[in-house]
Amino acid sequence: MSVYTQGVVALMGINILMALSVYAIIMTDQVSLGNAGFMAIGAYTSAYLTVKMGMPIFPALIIGALTSSFIGFLIGIPLLRLEGLYFVMGTFGFGEVARTFFMNFEPTGGAYGFRGPVGATLPMIYGWVLALILFFWLLSHSRLGRSLDALRDDHEVARTIGLNVTVLKLGLFWLGSFVAGIAGGLYAHYMFYIESGNFHILVSAMAILYVILGGMYTFWGSVLGAVIFSILPEALRFMEDWRLSLYGAVLVLMMIFRPSGIISRQIVRNIEDWIGGIFRKASV
Amino acid sequence: MLEISEVTKNFGGLRALNDISFQVDEKQIYGLIGPNGAGKTTLFNLITGFLPATEGSIRFLGNELTRLRAHKIAKLGVARTFQNIRLFGTMTVEENVMVAQNIRARSGITSLVQFFSAKEKRFRDEVNELLNRMGLWEKRKEQSLSLAYGAQRRLEIARALALEPKLLLLDEPAAGMNEAETEDLLERVQEIRDMGKTVLLIEHDMSVVMGICDYVAVLNFGELIAQGTPDEIQASEAVIEAYLGREEG
Repeated sequence: MSVYTQGVVALMGINILMALSVYAIIMTDQVSLGNAGFMAIGAYTSAYLTVKMGMPIFPALIIGALTSSFIGFLIGIPLLRLEGLYFVMGTFGFGEVARTFFMNFEPTGGAYGFRGPVGATLPMIYGWVLALILFFWLLSHSRLGRSLDALRDDHEVARTIGLNVTVLKLGLFWLGSFVAGIAGGLYAHYMFYIESGNFHILVSAMAILYVILGGMYTFWGSVLGAVIFSILPEALRFMEDWRLSLYGAVLVLMMIFRPSGIISRQIVRNIEDWIGGIFRKASV
Repeated sequence: MLEISEVTKNFGGLRALNDISFQVDEKQIYGLIGPNGAGKTTLFNLITGFLPATEGSIRFLGNELTRLRAHKIAKLGVARTFQNIRLFGTMTVEENVMVAQNIRARSGITSLVQFFSAKEKRFRDEVNELLNRMGLWEKRKEQSLSLAYGAQRRLEIARALALEPKLLLLDEPAAGMNEAETEDLLERVQEIRDMGKTVLLIEHDMSVVMGICDYVAVLNFGELIAQGTPDEIQASEAVIEAYLGREEG
Protein backbone atom coordinates (compact mmCIF):
# COMPACT_ATOMS: atom_id res chain seq x y z
CA MET A 1 0.00 0.00 0.00
CA SER A 2 1.37 3.41 -0.90
CA VAL A 3 1.91 5.97 1.84
CA TYR A 4 -0.84 8.04 0.30
CA THR A 5 -3.37 5.19 0.38
CA GLN A 6 -2.33 4.33 3.92
CA GLY A 7 -3.00 7.88 4.99
CA VAL A 8 -6.47 7.88 3.43
CA VAL A 9 -7.34 4.53 5.04
CA ALA A 10 -6.05 5.63 8.45
CA LEU A 11 -8.06 8.86 8.39
CA MET A 12 -11.08 6.87 7.27
CA GLY A 13 -10.77 4.71 10.40
CA ILE A 14 -10.52 7.79 12.60
CA ASN A 15 -13.54 9.29 10.81
CA ILE A 16 -15.50 6.09 11.52
CA LEU A 17 -14.67 6.46 15.21
CA MET A 18 -15.72 10.12 15.18
CA ALA A 19 -18.98 9.21 13.43
CA LEU A 20 -19.66 6.53 16.07
CA SER A 21 -18.98 9.04 18.83
CA VAL A 22 -21.64 11.32 17.34
CA TYR A 23 -23.97 8.34 16.83
CA ALA A 24 -23.74 7.37 20.52
CA ILE A 25 -25.17 10.76 21.46
CA ILE A 26 -27.70 10.83 18.59
CA MET A 27 -29.07 7.55 19.99
CA THR A 28 -30.50 9.62 22.84
CA ASP A 29 -32.04 12.10 20.39
CA GLN A 30 -29.41 14.81 20.93
CA VAL A 31 -26.93 16.20 18.42
CA SER A 32 -23.49 17.19 19.68
CA LEU A 33 -21.47 19.77 17.79
CA GLY A 34 -18.61 19.56 20.26
CA ASN A 35 -17.04 16.16 19.61
CA ALA A 36 -13.91 17.69 18.08
CA GLY A 37 -13.36 19.17 21.55
CA PHE A 38 -13.39 15.70 23.12
CA MET A 39 -11.13 14.51 20.30
CA ALA A 40 -8.69 17.31 21.20
CA ILE A 41 -8.66 16.36 24.89
CA GLY A 42 -7.97 12.71 24.00
CA ALA A 43 -5.28 13.71 21.50
CA TYR A 44 -3.37 16.15 23.70
CA THR A 45 -3.63 14.06 26.87
CA SER A 46 -2.40 10.84 25.28
CA ALA A 47 0.31 12.64 23.28
CA TYR A 48 1.60 14.36 26.39
CA LEU A 49 1.72 11.01 28.21
CA THR A 50 3.67 9.20 25.49
CA VAL A 51 6.04 12.04 24.56
CA LYS A 52 6.75 13.69 27.91
CA MET A 53 6.16 10.81 30.31
CA GLY A 54 7.31 7.92 28.11
CA MET A 55 4.13 5.93 28.59
CA PRO A 56 3.28 3.16 26.06
CA ILE A 57 0.63 4.10 23.54
CA PHE A 58 -2.19 1.79 24.65
CA PRO A 59 -2.56 2.98 28.27
CA ALA A 60 -1.99 6.55 27.07
CA LEU A 61 -4.92 6.22 24.66
CA ILE A 62 -7.14 4.85 27.43
CA ILE A 63 -6.17 7.56 29.90
CA GLY A 64 -6.70 10.22 27.21
CA ALA A 65 -10.18 8.86 26.47
CA LEU A 66 -11.02 8.54 30.17
CA THR A 67 -10.00 12.18 30.61
CA SER A 68 -12.17 13.39 27.73
CA SER A 69 -15.09 11.25 28.88
CA PHE A 70 -14.74 12.45 32.47
CA ILE A 71 -14.98 16.02 31.21
CA GLY A 72 -17.87 14.89 29.01
CA PHE A 73 -19.57 13.52 32.10
CA LEU A 74 -19.04 16.76 34.04
CA ILE A 75 -20.30 19.10 31.32
CA GLY A 76 -23.02 16.59 30.42
CA ILE A 77 -24.75 17.13 33.75
CA PRO A 78 -25.69 20.76 33.00
CA LEU A 79 -25.75 20.41 29.20
CA LEU A 80 -28.24 17.55 29.14
CA ARG A 81 -30.80 19.80 30.77
CA LEU A 82 -30.93 21.53 27.40
CA GLU A 83 -32.83 20.12 24.46
CA GLY A 84 -32.75 20.39 20.69
CA LEU A 85 -30.99 23.46 19.30
CA TYR A 86 -30.01 24.70 22.75
CA PHE A 87 -28.07 21.50 23.34
CA VAL A 88 -26.39 21.87 19.94
CA MET A 89 -25.35 25.42 20.84
CA GLY A 90 -24.09 24.30 24.25
CA THR A 91 -21.89 21.57 22.79
CA PHE A 92 -20.70 23.95 20.07
CA GLY A 93 -19.62 26.34 22.83
CA PHE A 94 -17.75 23.53 24.59
CA GLY A 95 -15.92 22.56 21.38
CA GLU A 96 -14.71 26.10 20.86
CA VAL A 97 -13.60 26.43 24.49
CA ALA A 98 -11.59 23.20 24.20
CA ARG A 99 -9.95 24.28 20.94
CA THR A 100 -8.96 27.75 22.17
CA PHE A 101 -7.76 26.24 25.45
CA PHE A 102 -5.21 24.12 23.59
CA MET A 103 -4.27 27.05 21.37
CA ASN A 104 -3.19 28.92 24.50
CA PHE A 105 -2.03 26.11 26.80
CA GLU A 106 1.79 26.34 26.81
CA PRO A 107 2.65 22.88 28.31
CA THR A 108 1.30 21.24 25.13
CA GLY A 109 2.85 23.73 22.76
CA GLY A 110 0.12 26.35 22.58
CA ALA A 111 -0.21 27.89 19.14
CA TYR A 112 2.97 26.12 17.93
CA GLY A 113 1.30 22.77 18.23
CA PHE A 114 2.66 19.59 19.81
CA ARG A 115 5.25 17.45 18.09
CA GLY A 116 6.36 13.90 18.66
CA PRO A 117 3.58 11.36 19.30
CA VAL A 118 4.21 8.23 17.21
CA GLY A 119 3.14 4.62 17.08
CA ALA A 120 -0.43 4.41 15.80
CA THR A 121 -0.64 1.80 13.05
CA LEU A 122 -3.41 0.80 10.69
CA PRO A 123 -4.09 -2.48 12.56
CA MET A 124 -4.31 -0.53 15.81
CA ILE A 125 -6.80 1.97 14.37
CA TYR A 126 -8.93 -0.76 12.82
CA GLY A 127 -8.72 -2.86 15.96
CA TRP A 128 -10.55 -0.04 17.72
CA VAL A 129 -12.99 0.30 14.82
CA LEU A 130 -13.83 -3.42 14.97
CA ALA A 131 -14.12 -3.42 18.75
CA LEU A 132 -16.58 -0.54 18.62
CA ILE A 133 -18.57 -2.10 15.78
CA LEU A 134 -18.88 -5.22 17.93
CA PHE A 135 -19.95 -3.09 20.89
CA PHE A 136 -22.62 -1.22 18.95
CA TRP A 137 -23.84 -4.44 17.35
CA LEU A 138 -24.28 -6.06 20.75
CA LEU A 139 -25.95 -2.87 22.01
CA SER A 140 -28.43 -2.85 19.14
CA HIS A 141 -29.50 -6.40 20.03
CA SER A 142 -29.74 -5.89 23.79
CA ARG A 143 -32.37 -4.72 26.25
CA LEU A 144 -30.31 -1.60 26.87
CA GLY A 145 -30.52 -0.87 23.14
CA ARG A 146 -34.33 -1.19 23.31
CA SER A 147 -34.42 1.27 26.21
CA LEU A 148 -32.45 3.74 24.11
CA ASP A 149 -34.84 3.27 21.18
CA ALA A 150 -37.73 3.99 23.52
CA LEU A 151 -36.06 7.14 24.77
CA ARG A 152 -35.42 8.28 21.20
CA ASP A 153 -38.98 7.56 20.07
CA ASP A 154 -40.72 9.33 22.96
CA HIS A 155 -38.75 10.30 26.03
CA GLU A 156 -41.88 11.09 28.07
CA VAL A 157 -43.41 7.67 27.50
CA ALA A 158 -39.98 6.14 28.19
CA ARG A 159 -40.26 7.60 31.70
CA THR A 160 -43.69 6.08 32.23
CA ILE A 161 -42.28 2.60 31.59
CA GLY A 162 -39.75 3.25 34.33
CA LEU A 163 -36.66 4.23 32.37
CA ASN A 164 -34.32 6.73 33.98
CA VAL A 165 -33.91 8.98 30.97
CA THR A 166 -31.35 11.25 32.63
CA VAL A 167 -28.99 8.37 33.41
CA LEU A 168 -29.33 6.91 29.91
CA LYS A 169 -28.57 10.26 28.28
CA LEU A 170 -25.60 10.90 30.53
CA GLY A 171 -24.24 7.39 29.98
CA LEU A 172 -24.35 7.71 26.21
CA PHE A 173 -22.85 11.20 26.34
CA TRP A 174 -20.02 9.69 28.37
CA LEU A 175 -19.61 6.95 25.75
CA GLY A 176 -19.59 9.48 22.88
CA SER A 177 -16.89 11.57 24.53
CA PHE A 178 -14.87 8.43 25.30
CA VAL A 179 -14.93 7.27 21.67
CA ALA A 180 -14.02 10.76 20.45
CA GLY A 181 -11.10 10.72 22.92
CA ILE A 182 -9.84 7.43 21.46
CA ALA A 183 -10.17 8.85 17.94
CA GLY A 184 -8.16 11.89 19.03
CA GLY A 185 -5.39 9.79 20.59
CA LEU A 186 -5.06 7.64 17.48
CA TYR A 187 -5.09 10.72 15.28
CA ALA A 188 -2.27 12.36 17.25
CA HIS A 189 -0.09 9.23 17.19
CA TYR A 190 -0.66 8.71 13.49
CA MET A 191 0.03 12.31 12.42
CA PHE A 192 3.15 12.82 14.65
CA TYR A 193 2.04 16.42 15.12
CA ILE A 194 -1.13 18.10 16.38
CA GLU A 195 -2.26 21.69 16.67
CA SER A 196 -5.49 23.17 17.92
CA GLY A 197 -6.62 23.84 14.33
CA ASN A 198 -6.93 20.06 13.78
CA PHE A 199 -9.93 20.07 16.12
CA HIS A 200 -11.93 22.76 14.43
CA ILE A 201 -15.74 22.87 14.55
CA LEU A 202 -15.69 21.57 10.97
CA VAL A 203 -14.41 18.21 12.28
CA SER A 204 -17.49 17.94 14.52
CA ALA A 205 -19.75 19.00 11.67
CA MET A 206 -18.28 16.41 9.27
CA ALA A 207 -18.81 13.66 11.85
CA ILE A 208 -22.49 14.65 12.11
CA LEU A 209 -22.69 14.64 8.33
CA TYR A 210 -21.39 11.05 8.14
CA VAL A 211 -24.06 9.93 10.58
CA ILE A 212 -26.94 11.71 8.87
CA LEU A 213 -25.94 10.75 5.32
CA GLY A 214 -25.18 7.16 6.26
CA GLY A 215 -28.50 6.73 8.08
CA MET A 216 -28.90 7.78 11.68
CA TYR A 217 -31.09 4.94 12.94
CA THR A 218 -28.38 2.29 12.83
CA PHE A 219 -24.68 2.44 13.71
CA TRP A 220 -23.94 0.83 10.32
CA GLY A 221 -25.09 4.12 8.81
CA SER A 222 -22.36 5.98 10.70
CA VAL A 223 -19.73 3.47 9.57
CA LEU A 224 -20.87 3.52 5.95
CA GLY A 225 -21.25 7.31 5.90
CA ALA A 226 -17.73 7.79 7.22
CA VAL A 227 -16.30 5.30 4.70
CA ILE A 228 -18.03 6.78 1.66
CA PHE A 229 -17.45 10.41 2.51
CA SER A 230 -13.81 9.82 3.43
CA ILE A 231 -13.12 8.18 0.07
CA LEU A 232 -15.24 10.49 -2.05
CA PRO A 233 -12.97 13.58 -1.89
CA GLU A 234 -10.04 11.37 -2.91
CA ALA A 235 -12.00 9.72 -5.71
CA LEU A 236 -12.88 13.15 -7.00
CA ARG A 237 -9.26 14.29 -7.27
CA PHE A 238 -9.38 14.05 -11.08
CA MET A 239 -11.73 17.06 -10.94
CA GLU A 240 -8.83 19.13 -9.58
CA ASP A 241 -10.09 22.59 -8.62
CA TRP A 242 -13.74 21.54 -8.88
CA ARG A 243 -13.31 18.65 -6.47
CA LEU A 244 -14.84 20.20 -3.38
CA SER A 245 -17.67 21.82 -5.35
CA LEU A 246 -18.60 18.39 -6.67
CA TYR A 247 -18.32 16.97 -3.14
CA GLY A 248 -20.80 19.61 -2.00
CA ALA A 249 -23.09 18.82 -4.93
CA VAL A 250 -23.08 15.12 -3.99
CA LEU A 251 -24.13 16.04 -0.45
CA VAL A 252 -27.01 18.16 -1.72
CA LEU A 253 -28.16 15.41 -4.09
CA MET A 254 -28.01 12.87 -1.25
CA MET A 255 -30.25 15.05 0.88
CA ILE A 256 -32.73 15.34 -1.99
CA PHE A 257 -32.88 11.69 -3.03
CA ARG A 258 -32.10 9.89 0.21
CA PRO A 259 -32.99 12.30 3.03
CA SER A 260 -33.13 9.58 5.68
CA GLY A 261 -29.64 8.32 4.88
CA ILE A 262 -28.20 5.45 2.91
CA ILE A 263 -29.18 2.56 5.17
CA SER A 264 -32.25 2.13 7.31
CA ARG A 265 -32.86 -0.26 10.15
CA GLN A 266 -35.09 -2.33 7.88
CA ILE A 267 -32.22 -2.89 5.42
CA VAL A 268 -29.95 -3.99 8.28
CA ARG A 269 -32.66 -6.36 9.54
CA ASN A 270 -33.11 -7.88 6.08
CA ILE A 271 -29.36 -8.42 5.68
CA GLU A 272 -29.11 -10.01 9.14
CA ASP A 273 -32.02 -12.33 8.33
CA TRP A 274 -30.37 -13.22 5.04
CA ILE A 275 -27.03 -14.01 6.71
CA GLY A 276 -28.85 -15.93 9.43
CA GLY A 277 -30.56 -17.97 6.70
CA ILE A 278 -27.24 -18.89 5.12
CA PHE A 279 -25.90 -20.09 8.48
CA ARG A 280 -29.02 -22.15 9.12
CA LYS A 281 -28.76 -23.77 5.70
CA ALA A 282 -25.08 -24.49 6.24
CA SER A 283 -25.76 -26.20 9.56
CA VAL A 284 -28.48 -28.50 8.16
CA MET B 1 -54.46 2.02 47.62
CA LEU B 2 -54.45 5.41 45.88
CA GLU B 3 -55.40 8.39 48.02
CA ILE B 4 -55.78 11.77 46.41
CA SER B 5 -56.25 14.48 48.98
CA GLU B 6 -56.92 18.17 48.47
CA VAL B 7 -55.07 18.29 45.17
CA THR B 8 -54.98 21.59 43.34
CA LYS B 9 -53.27 22.36 40.03
CA ASN B 10 -52.83 25.83 38.57
CA PHE B 11 -51.55 26.64 35.10
CA GLY B 12 -50.61 30.28 35.53
CA GLY B 13 -53.86 31.98 36.39
CA LEU B 14 -56.00 29.02 35.35
CA ARG B 15 -57.09 26.59 38.03
CA ALA B 16 -57.27 23.22 36.26
CA LEU B 17 -58.02 21.21 39.40
CA ASN B 18 -59.45 22.58 42.61
CA ASP B 19 -59.19 20.75 45.92
CA ILE B 20 -59.78 17.23 44.61
CA SER B 21 -59.99 14.34 47.09
CA PHE B 22 -60.96 10.75 46.48
CA GLN B 23 -59.68 7.28 47.13
CA VAL B 24 -59.30 4.20 44.94
CA ASP B 25 -59.38 0.82 46.65
CA GLU B 26 -57.59 -2.32 45.62
CA LYS B 27 -59.03 -4.36 42.74
CA GLN B 28 -61.58 -1.71 41.90
CA ILE B 29 -62.40 -0.41 38.50
CA TYR B 30 -62.70 3.24 39.29
CA GLY B 31 -64.20 5.56 36.70
CA LEU B 32 -63.15 9.18 36.39
CA ILE B 33 -65.66 10.91 34.20
CA GLY B 34 -66.51 14.41 33.14
CA PRO B 35 -66.95 16.57 30.06
CA ASN B 36 -63.97 17.52 27.89
CA GLY B 37 -61.66 19.97 29.62
CA ALA B 38 -62.78 18.94 33.11
CA GLY B 39 -59.21 18.17 34.23
CA LYS B 40 -59.22 14.37 34.02
CA THR B 41 -56.00 14.00 32.03
CA THR B 42 -54.35 16.68 34.17
CA LEU B 43 -55.06 14.53 37.21
CA PHE B 44 -53.45 11.53 35.43
CA ASN B 45 -50.43 13.67 34.69
CA LEU B 46 -50.13 14.56 38.37
CA ILE B 47 -50.43 10.93 39.49
CA THR B 48 -47.77 9.72 37.02
CA GLY B 49 -45.33 12.52 37.77
CA PHE B 50 -45.59 14.28 34.42
CA LEU B 51 -46.65 17.48 36.16
CA PRO B 52 -46.09 18.71 39.72
CA ALA B 53 -49.17 19.40 41.82
CA THR B 54 -49.59 22.96 43.05
CA GLU B 55 -51.02 21.78 46.37
CA GLY B 56 -52.18 18.60 48.00
CA SER B 57 -50.92 15.06 48.27
CA ILE B 58 -51.19 11.87 46.23
CA ARG B 59 -50.33 8.71 48.10
CA PHE B 60 -49.91 5.27 46.55
CA LEU B 61 -49.38 2.29 48.86
CA GLY B 62 -47.94 4.62 51.46
CA ASN B 63 -45.62 6.50 49.07
CA GLU B 64 -46.04 10.19 48.43
CA LEU B 65 -46.08 10.50 44.62
CA THR B 66 -46.05 14.30 44.31
CA ARG B 67 -42.34 14.39 45.11
CA LEU B 68 -41.26 11.46 42.94
CA ARG B 69 -40.04 11.52 39.35
CA ALA B 70 -42.02 9.72 36.66
CA HIS B 71 -39.74 6.67 36.33
CA LYS B 72 -39.79 6.08 40.09
CA ILE B 73 -43.57 6.15 40.09
CA ALA B 74 -43.60 3.57 37.30
CA LYS B 75 -41.31 1.36 39.38
CA LEU B 76 -43.70 1.56 42.32
CA GLY B 77 -46.30 -0.09 40.10
CA VAL B 78 -48.25 2.63 38.32
CA ALA B 79 -48.65 2.25 34.54
CA ARG B 80 -50.66 4.37 32.14
CA THR B 81 -51.91 4.76 28.60
CA PHE B 82 -52.49 7.98 26.70
CA GLN B 83 -55.54 9.63 25.23
CA ASN B 84 -53.69 10.19 21.96
CA ILE B 85 -51.98 6.82 21.52
CA ARG B 86 -48.23 7.01 22.06
CA LEU B 87 -46.43 3.87 20.91
CA PHE B 88 -42.72 3.56 20.21
CA GLY B 89 -42.84 4.12 16.46
CA THR B 90 -39.53 2.62 15.36
CA MET B 91 -40.26 -0.67 17.13
CA THR B 92 -42.25 -3.73 16.26
CA VAL B 93 -45.32 -4.79 18.21
CA GLU B 94 -43.43 -7.28 20.40
CA GLU B 95 -40.55 -4.88 21.01
CA ASN B 96 -43.01 -2.32 22.37
CA VAL B 97 -44.03 -4.86 25.00
CA MET B 98 -40.52 -6.20 25.65
CA VAL B 99 -39.05 -2.79 26.41
CA ALA B 100 -41.59 -2.28 29.18
CA GLN B 101 -40.14 -5.33 30.98
CA ASN B 102 -36.76 -3.62 31.22
CA ILE B 103 -37.16 -2.36 34.77
CA ARG B 104 -37.71 -5.94 35.91
CA ALA B 105 -35.14 -7.56 33.61
CA ARG B 106 -31.37 -7.24 33.41
CA SER B 107 -31.25 -4.25 31.11
CA GLY B 108 -28.07 -2.39 32.01
CA ILE B 109 -24.72 -2.60 30.26
CA THR B 110 -24.47 -6.31 31.13
CA SER B 111 -27.46 -7.00 28.88
CA LEU B 112 -25.04 -6.66 25.95
CA VAL B 113 -23.47 -10.04 26.69
CA GLN B 114 -26.54 -11.87 27.89
CA PHE B 115 -27.57 -14.15 25.06
CA PHE B 116 -29.65 -16.70 26.82
CA SER B 117 -30.95 -17.26 30.30
CA ALA B 118 -33.91 -19.01 31.88
CA LYS B 119 -35.14 -15.64 33.08
CA GLU B 120 -35.05 -14.19 29.57
CA LYS B 121 -37.02 -17.21 28.37
CA ARG B 122 -39.69 -16.47 30.97
CA PHE B 123 -39.83 -12.84 29.84
CA ARG B 124 -40.32 -13.98 26.25
CA ASP B 125 -43.16 -16.29 27.26
CA GLU B 126 -44.69 -13.42 29.15
CA VAL B 127 -44.60 -11.21 26.06
CA ASN B 128 -46.29 -13.90 24.00
CA GLU B 129 -48.94 -14.39 26.65
CA LEU B 130 -49.68 -10.66 26.87
CA LEU B 131 -49.89 -10.36 23.09
CA ASN B 132 -52.20 -13.37 23.00
CA ARG B 133 -54.41 -11.90 25.68
CA MET B 134 -54.69 -8.64 23.74
CA GLY B 135 -55.28 -10.39 20.43
CA LEU B 136 -52.05 -9.15 18.87
CA TRP B 137 -49.92 -12.27 18.66
CA GLU B 138 -50.30 -12.76 14.88
CA LYS B 139 -49.09 -9.19 14.37
CA ARG B 140 -46.12 -9.36 16.75
CA LYS B 141 -43.48 -8.79 14.05
CA GLU B 142 -45.23 -5.83 12.43
CA GLN B 143 -44.26 -2.22 12.96
CA SER B 144 -46.33 -0.82 15.82
CA LEU B 145 -47.66 2.13 13.86
CA SER B 146 -48.87 -0.07 10.99
CA LEU B 147 -51.54 -1.57 13.27
CA ALA B 148 -55.17 -0.54 12.97
CA TYR B 149 -56.38 2.04 15.48
CA GLY B 150 -58.13 -0.36 17.86
CA ALA B 151 -55.13 -2.71 17.84
CA GLN B 152 -52.80 0.20 18.66
CA ARG B 153 -54.92 0.93 21.73
CA ARG B 154 -54.71 -2.71 22.79
CA LEU B 155 -50.94 -2.68 22.25
CA GLU B 156 -50.62 0.36 24.48
CA ILE B 157 -52.46 -1.54 27.21
CA ALA B 158 -50.25 -4.62 26.67
CA ARG B 159 -47.17 -2.41 27.03
CA ALA B 160 -48.51 -0.95 30.27
CA LEU B 161 -49.27 -4.44 31.61
CA ALA B 162 -45.71 -5.59 30.83
CA LEU B 163 -44.59 -3.37 33.71
CA GLU B 164 -46.61 -5.67 36.00
CA PRO B 165 -48.29 -2.65 37.53
CA LYS B 166 -50.53 -2.74 40.58
CA LEU B 167 -52.47 0.26 39.32
CA LEU B 168 -53.32 0.81 35.68
CA LEU B 169 -54.43 4.23 34.47
CA LEU B 170 -56.38 4.16 31.21
CA ASP B 171 -56.97 7.51 29.51
CA GLU B 172 -60.10 7.23 27.35
CA PRO B 173 -59.29 3.73 26.10
CA ALA B 174 -62.49 3.54 24.10
CA ALA B 175 -62.08 6.87 22.31
CA GLY B 176 -62.62 6.54 18.57
CA MET B 177 -63.80 2.95 18.78
CA ASN B 178 -67.06 1.60 17.43
CA GLU B 179 -69.58 -0.19 19.61
CA ALA B 180 -68.27 -3.72 19.05
CA GLU B 181 -64.66 -2.65 19.67
CA THR B 182 -65.68 -0.80 22.82
CA GLU B 183 -67.55 -3.86 24.08
CA ASP B 184 -64.49 -6.02 23.43
CA LEU B 185 -62.20 -3.55 25.17
CA LEU B 186 -64.37 -3.30 28.28
CA GLU B 187 -64.33 -7.07 28.57
CA ARG B 188 -60.54 -6.99 28.53
CA VAL B 189 -60.52 -4.29 31.22
CA GLN B 190 -62.58 -6.57 33.43
CA GLU B 191 -60.13 -9.39 32.77
CA ILE B 192 -57.31 -7.10 33.86
CA ARG B 193 -59.09 -6.44 37.13
CA ASP B 194 -59.61 -10.18 37.54
CA MET B 195 -55.81 -10.54 37.22
CA GLY B 196 -55.72 -8.66 40.53
CA LYS B 197 -54.99 -5.19 39.23
CA THR B 198 -56.64 -1.93 40.10
CA VAL B 199 -57.88 0.17 37.20
CA LEU B 200 -58.49 3.91 37.13
CA LEU B 201 -60.31 4.73 33.94
CA ILE B 202 -60.99 8.11 32.32
CA GLU B 203 -63.98 8.42 30.07
CA HIS B 204 -66.12 11.31 28.95
CA ASP B 205 -68.91 9.14 27.59
CA MET B 206 -70.84 8.13 30.73
CA SER B 207 -72.65 5.18 29.22
CA VAL B 208 -69.35 3.42 28.51
CA VAL B 209 -68.22 3.18 32.11
CA MET B 210 -71.52 2.65 33.91
CA GLY B 211 -71.51 -1.04 33.12
CA ILE B 212 -68.06 -1.93 34.43
CA CYS B 213 -67.06 0.60 37.09
CA ASP B 214 -67.43 -0.22 40.78
CA TYR B 215 -67.16 3.39 41.72
CA VAL B 216 -67.23 6.67 39.83
CA ALA B 217 -65.97 10.21 40.44
CA VAL B 218 -67.22 13.09 38.31
CA LEU B 219 -65.10 16.12 37.46
CA ASN B 220 -66.40 19.33 35.93
CA PHE B 221 -64.32 22.49 35.39
CA GLY B 222 -61.68 21.18 37.78
CA GLU B 223 -64.14 20.50 40.60
CA LEU B 224 -65.15 17.11 41.95
CA ILE B 225 -68.92 17.38 41.72
CA ALA B 226 -69.97 13.86 42.67
CA GLN B 227 -68.70 10.43 43.60
CA GLY B 228 -70.50 7.21 44.25
CA THR B 229 -71.64 3.97 42.67
CA PRO B 230 -72.76 4.18 39.03
CA ASP B 231 -76.42 4.12 40.12
CA GLU B 232 -75.93 6.99 42.52
CA ILE B 233 -74.10 8.99 39.87
CA GLN B 234 -76.81 8.48 37.30
CA ALA B 235 -79.36 9.86 39.75
CA SER B 236 -77.21 12.81 40.81
CA GLU B 237 -78.62 16.19 39.82
CA ALA B 238 -75.21 17.85 39.77
CA VAL B 239 -74.01 15.33 37.20
CA ILE B 240 -77.06 15.63 35.00
CA GLU B 241 -76.66 19.39 35.13
CA ALA B 242 -72.97 19.21 34.17
CA TYR B 243 -73.69 17.04 31.17
CA LEU B 244 -77.04 18.37 29.99
CA GLY B 245 -77.30 21.82 31.52
CA ARG B 246 -79.89 23.13 33.96
CA GLU B 247 -83.57 22.84 33.20
CA GLU B 248 -85.32 26.18 32.86
CA GLY B 249 -88.06 27.10 35.27
